[in-house]
Amino acid sequence: MSDAVSALAGRSFQGFARVAEAGLQGMITIRCDLASKALAKGLKGLGLSVPAQRRIVTADAAAALWMSPDELLVLVPYADAVATVAALEKALAKDHALVADVSDARALFRISGAKADQALMKLCPVDFPSLAPGEVRRTRAAQVAAALWQSGENEISLICFRSVAGYVMGILEHSARPGSELFPG
Amino acid sequence: MSTRLSRGGRLIDRSKPMNFTFNGKRLRGFAGDTLASALLGADQMLVGRSFKYHRPRGIVASGVEEPNALLGLGRGARFEPDQRATTTELFEGADTASQNHWPSLDFDVGVVNNWAYRFLPAGFYYKTFMFPRVAWKHLFEPVIRRSAGLGRAPVDRDGDRYEQAYAFCDVLVAGGGVAGLAAALQAARAGKRVMVLEQTPHWGGRAPVDGGTIDGKPVADWIKSAVQDLERMSNVTLRNRCMVAGVHDHGHVIGYERVADHTPGDGRPRHRLWRIRAGEIISATGAIERPLAFAGNDVPGVMLASAVRDYVVNFAVSPGDRTVIVTNNDDAYRTAFALIDAGLIVAAIVDARPSATGDLVQKARARGIRVLEGRGIAKVKGTKRVTGVQICAQAGEGAALEDIACDCVAMSGGWSPVVHLWSHCGGKLIWDEARACFRPDATRPPTGDQGQPMVRAVGAANGALTLPEVLADAGGPAADAPAEGPIAAVWVMPQGAPDALRFKAFLDYQNDVKVSDVQLAAREGYTSVEHTKRYTTLGMATDQGKLSNINGLAVLSDALGQPIPATGTTTFRPPYEPISFGAIAGEARGEIFQPLRRTPMHDWHASQGAHWEPVGLWRRPYCYLRTGEGLQDAVRREIRNTRNAVGLLDASTLGKILVKGPDAGRFLDMMYTNMMSTLPVGKCRYGLMCNENGFLMDDGVVVRLSEDSWLCHTTSGGADRIHAHMEDWLQCEWWDWKVYTANLTEQFAQVAVVGPNARKLLEKLGGMDVSKEALPFMTWAEGTLGGVRARVFRISFSGELSYEIAVPASEGMAFWTRFLEAGADLGVMPYGTEALHVMRAEKGFIMIGDETDGTVIPQDLGLGWAISKKKADYIGKRAQERSHMASPDRWQLVGLETLDGSVLPDGVHAAAPGHNANGQRNVQGRVTSTYFSPTLNKGIAMGLVHRGPARMGEVLDFPVGADKVVQARIVDPVFYDKEGEKGNV
Repeated sequence: MSDAVSALAGRSFQGFARVAEAGLQGMITIRCDLASKALAKGLKGLGLSVPAQRRIVTADAAAALWMSPDELLVLVPYADAVATVAALEKALAKDHALVADVSDARALFRISGAKADQALMKLCPVDFPSLAPGEVRRTRAAQVAAALWQSGENEISLICFRSVAGYVMGILEHSARPGSELFPG
Repeated sequence: MSTRLSRGGRLIDRSKPMNFTFNGKRLRGFAGDTLASALLGADQMLVGRSFKYHRPRGIVASGVEEPNALLGLGRGARFEPDQRATTTELFEGADTASQNHWPSLDFDVGVVNNWAYRFLPAGFYYKTFMFPRVAWKHLFEPVIRRSAGLGRAPVDRDGDRYEQAYAFCDVLVAGGGVAGLAAALQAARAGKRVMVLEQTPHWGGRAPVDGGTIDGKPVADWIKSAVQDLERMSNVTLRNRCMVAGVHDHGHVIGYERVADHTPGDGRPRHRLWRIRAGEIISATGAIERPLAFAGNDVPGVMLASAVRDYVVNFAVSPGDRTVIVTNNDDAYRTAFALIDAGLIVAAIVDARPSATGDLVQKARARGIRVLEGRGIAKVKGTKRVTGVQICAQAGEGAALEDIACDCVAMSGGWSPVVHLWSHCGGKLIWDEARACFRPDATRPPTGDQGQPMVRAVGAANGALTLPEVLADAGGPAADAPAEGPIAAVWVMPQGAPDALRFKAFLDYQNDVKVSDVQLAAREGYTSVEHTKRYTTLGMATDQGKLSNINGLAVLSDALGQPIPATGTTTFRPPYEPISFGAIAGEARGEIFQPLRRTPMHDWHASQGAHWEPVGLWRRPYCYLRTGEGLQDAVRREIRNTRNAVGLLDASTLGKILVKGPDAGRFLDMMYTNMMSTLPVGKCRYGLMCNENGFLMDDGVVVRLSEDSWLCHTTSGGADRIHAHMEDWLQCEWWDWKVYTANLTEQFAQVAVVGPNARKLLEKLGGMDVSKEALPFMTWAEGTLGGVRARVFRISFSGELSYEIAVPASEGMAFWTRFLEAGADLGVMPYGTEALHVMRAEKGFIMIGDETDGTVIPQDLGLGWAISKKKADYIGKRAQERSHMASPDRWQLVGLETLDGSVLPDGVHAAAPGHNANGQRNVQGRVTSTYFSPTLNKGIAMGLVHRGPARMGEVLDFPVGADKVVQARIVDPVFYDKEGEKGNV
């Protein structure tokens, strides 16, 4: 596992907001009937429950994000991904379900600072003032697909595909350049 | 003379002088000036030459409607043509230049067109340059192109940066004049999320210039407190220098913010395009004053009456010492007071109305201003500058009654509400006879998704032209202003102007369209306003007819003898004003013009001299160039090495779609032409995918992972498309089938290890049994290879012993490096996509996009073996049974071998006897893939030929140039290792 490197190896940029690729993150796609009891049980093992529409449920080191009416994304530490896939597959063995490790297929960014949302307002057609805490939004960042949520006070996390991590870093850097704040002060 | 007054100037800061140049001349203005006010303040009235006649033109207006004062602005990477001087803020060091003149602004050769005006009527180009046809290209067009056109295109790459931003609100107010502010206050106090966008740097619009009181306070005071109130509200966003460019369906509004036009080079983005979703749009865009159509109304010094008082009050600029005001309404009288208050002279007010009696008229008389009733201007005297006017009876034919000397003419033909935003999404207009204007018809608004009115016009934009009306219409407090008498519609001055006058009475300044042109168009049968617009070019310039449209269609109506509403208006389309391409492109330029997809080994490829080939949004190495090598050298080296030792290919871009569920086998049997449900676990099968019309759309190796899961490999460019295709069928057609899919393309780095030494290399890495017995052809195994979790597929696209190994993308680069290190003594060498292509062609393997083009079915390609006969159905089956698809007369895949060993050009056709109806040679086939094969040391090709497989050995003619024909023999498409022994070891 020592040779695993995230898409941009943690590159960062400090503008009016800080942009950083967040390194390796375990990610698991689950597709199944979200009302399944087996799913609830499987997530309970991670300290999670099934998130409601557009919501995110977090535990200590894990989170479950609602992606679509039959799809969740589970976040766990990168090193735990393989074992968690196995555990979830076991839990869902009797259901019609698909569990897949997508840890290496994605890149995770954190955009932080009091004006973090202003950098993303330039890229994502999202009404940030109405984005509630604990709400996940699947959207696009300029020309590529993205999912984002408020991951802390003044911090937004954004997931995109791994192959376009360089592009996403480029557009985030462009959007966070000092002096280009949308709302001065 | 225009000049700067010693006192006043509401918007300028005299403590901050600014230097700028015009055509190289050093001039001076003040902070707060527009380029136009600074030019006028420096006595530069003449700012350009007209488009067609090269007539001298001066500044006419003070806002977006300005047709003449378009300048080249800036230098080098910041040069931009056609910048409107009236809306561009002055900044220190601005370089400006006039346009459309040669050799100089003061002396222009093209002005000869002016004397020849009789020979350049409407439709001149259509009528004149018809024959001979050849002359158009070589004579007419080059000459016209040189004499026409406005600014020159920039040469350098744009030195600025641009961006876009998204916003959402309940109420978007377009326009920060008194109507907009009043409407915004009302919406904000009701708790709505409000955005107010104002195109200028100032709030309040033109009300401070025109005067009056609101809520008992002078307008300027009320504006100040209204803005303060709005600024204090957290639910309100105020943005100036931000124009609403367009209103689109579902409340989508485009805002164009000029962030740093007035502070170039300060590092901020120059423009920002706002993409706003608004619940309701309030159009508070004001009104634009109309010119009057009299002879010589384009001579520099003839300006709109409102512009004259704007320059005096806002910028302390006097457009002239002695002004004649010509009007058909009371509002223009305000200009007389502004001039006199500034110590200037009003020679006369020429009022076209037989009698004028409003409050402002009385006041003018009381102040001793000479008011001429029932009079008009017969003609303006002067060429580069007004020297006087000839007065006539408005009701007459222009007989001169007297000459009045003056150096400025302030004209007012009434006001046209700015109905653009109301109209962009289909809001209808009504003709208001009393006000002589089109205004929004509130009963026919543009509608939103629920059929609700989407735009509401308020204030002057709604036809409320006086201050009390404006505030009442916008829901603001009571306002007071002098009562105005009625306007009289005046479209031509004098009413009976003869040809000589109409030839010089301009409607559209920018495109040089005169009253006579519109009347000629009507005589020639142009009854539709849209046709007349295009025939005469009225309103087709960069100002989009802001000054000319209403006057033009009124003249047209008169010529057609019908009322104005019967003629109607032309269509209002976004953008309201030209916006920059930079803003439209936003961040998408340079490195981030388009997403570039990178594999985990991308940077390594770049460091090894990769010559890139775009594949979808990926870049794949076409080949790796070594010092001194050409592309062909590199490709041949890579092929020989792979065939003789071992090659590495980055195959990470291949699509990898996981399909799982109780119905997955049944689903894949429908997706693919072959049977996938019977594929045993642990095995691989090459599969073909067709669309509903039977045409081949993708191919790849399908892998049975477990009892209920399959991994489908797609082409590199096809992954997203095929995944969407699968989901489409699952979600829309077979929604009750239990199948889930996941696109895992990017989860894995995939490395193809190809060549006689491939197995040895894998064995050196160790960890898995990859022997012929343990891992035969078309099987796969999972394990740990070289310490990395891996799936090893024994598949081959080259004919060689070959493995494709998928590992987690995060370890892809480390895994790749391990092969390079371990394989040094085995002759390991990476190869690119061109080597891949040549090797597959040597083996007769087809390539999606080469052998297929959307019209080819698998049967054409000799792939009948991959079409299951046992299945009741698969996507494309029914289509393939149509008579034309099943016909033996189709073009089918064959190999082609040139008789001389040369390489056929790609795409060339095989000639057949005779000619078709168009006199072209008949054809009987074409080349789909063609390469030099270093393995066979000759050209090889594949092609589709009429009944090809039945014609083995025949020689075809391929005309490849004017007189050159290459002959090639039809052969088996498998050129190399027909028995397949190389890979089966």
